[in-house]
Amino acid sequence: MAATGVEHKSNKKRIWTVFVIMSLITIVEVILGIYKPDSLHMTDILHLSLLNWIFIILTIVKAYYIMWAFMHLEGESAGLRWSVVGTLSFLCVYMIALILIEGNYIFDVFNNDFYKWIF
Amino acid sequence: MGATVTTTATNQTTWGGGNEPLGASYGKLMMWYFILSDSLTFCGFLVGYGFSRYKFMESWPIADEVFNHFPFLHGVDAPMYYVALMTFILIFSSVTMVLAVDAGHQMKRNKVAFYMFLTIIGGLVFLGSQAWEWKNFIKGSYGAVETRGGAILQFVGEDGKQIALADFAVELQEDRVLHSRDNGVWFSGESSIPTYSLEEVKAGFEANPNVRIRTQFIDETKHKIILSREESAEYLKEAVYVVEGANLVRNEYGHKLFGDFFFFITGFHGFHVFTGILINTIVFFNVLLGTYDRRGSYEMVEKGGLYWHFVDLVWVFVFTFFYLV
Repeated sequence: MAATGVEHKSNKKRIWTVFVIMSLITIVEVILGIYKPDSLHMTDILHLSLLNWIFIILTIVKAYYIMWAFMHLEGESAGLRWSVVGTLSFLCVYMIALILIEGNYIFDVFNNDFYKWIF
Repeated sequence: MGATVTTTATNQTTWGGGNEPLGASYGKLMMWYFILSDSLTFCGFLVGYGFSRYKFMESWPIADEVFNHFPFLHGVDAPMYYVALMTFILIFSSVTMVLAVDAGHQMKRNKVAFYMFLTIIGGLVFLGSQAWEWKNFIKGSYGAVETRGGAILQFVGEDGKQIALADFAVELQEDRVLHSRDNGVWFSGESSIPTYSLEEVKAGFEANPNVRIRTQFIDETKHKIILSREESAEYLKEAVYVVEGANLVRNEYGHKLFGDFFFFITGFHGFHVFTGILINTIVFFNVLLGTYDRRGSYEMVEKGGLYWHFVDLVWVFVFTFFYLV
């Protein structure tokens, strides 16, 4: 519920705006996913193609809108926001970094090293 | 919830109860922390998927070659459209949910009921779509053979496009009987036998000089490597199984872990959708019965709504990492 007891009236407009934004993002994602333009698909930044970076950033934008507008985090206290989003982002980023680096390392061992039999 | 907000700093009121930490009611706060922990679970699954994918980077299946079905468009290559549709369905049911919460704030019972109903329908449609998706995945559309080393070999026609076993396999007069437990030792049986035997596939390969084999490996242009005719014949000698569709042991799309993660992650998400529908249905009937009207607050709709949006949130990530990336 909003911070005050006063009822918010204009929330509907916000909801539909967010819906339109999220639909547009999804459409862009699907178009990019189907055509996979070479300029994006073949350029790598940090072991990940530019296309994949775009997908991931767009996904985070969508997640932001879901959490802020639909789950109404924008109306909650800053403490609640931080305790949920801060914890989640820290732990996820930490885990993703560690485990993907490990996966990449194992890939390298499988492909380039001669001692894979003890691995 | 203005009545319960305390601003006095005396010990009496601080420890006397009726306080709301972080300005949220108990139920809502706990729902948020449940969502937090559940998100970490999903993050663990998706990272596990990412780990396997990085580990087998050069041989992982390409998603839009696997998920290319659309209802009523048989044999048409329609990558991504169906999952995009599913995403829209879920986002839209999120919108109706948030409209229900909004109507709840204004204590409009009929409106809440109407939007809750739409949300439940959206959830059911999504679940049905997922069932259809699973059906296609399990049934498979092309078929492949597996080598002794566990690699999947798919077949392509003249134009380099994948073809089904049925397109080239030769019918041989042989009777391969389903091996069941009562014919052998009790622990050994099989669930089904493939439509074509290995001999039939091999004979079909000999009879059709245009058929070549596509390996699991990806070249510099991020396409699967297609072998020459001679190499294909060499590879086919290693084949031991005919694989049709997918199960938890092997799948025709490529790496075995791909199928396992697909069933596991989309299955776990689907289970969340299912429980979400259940919760929404209970809330819906309570709205109809006027429970929240009597309670004077529609906060339960809001809490159920949080869970429902969370399901949507997870799907956004599953969509990206399973179908797009």
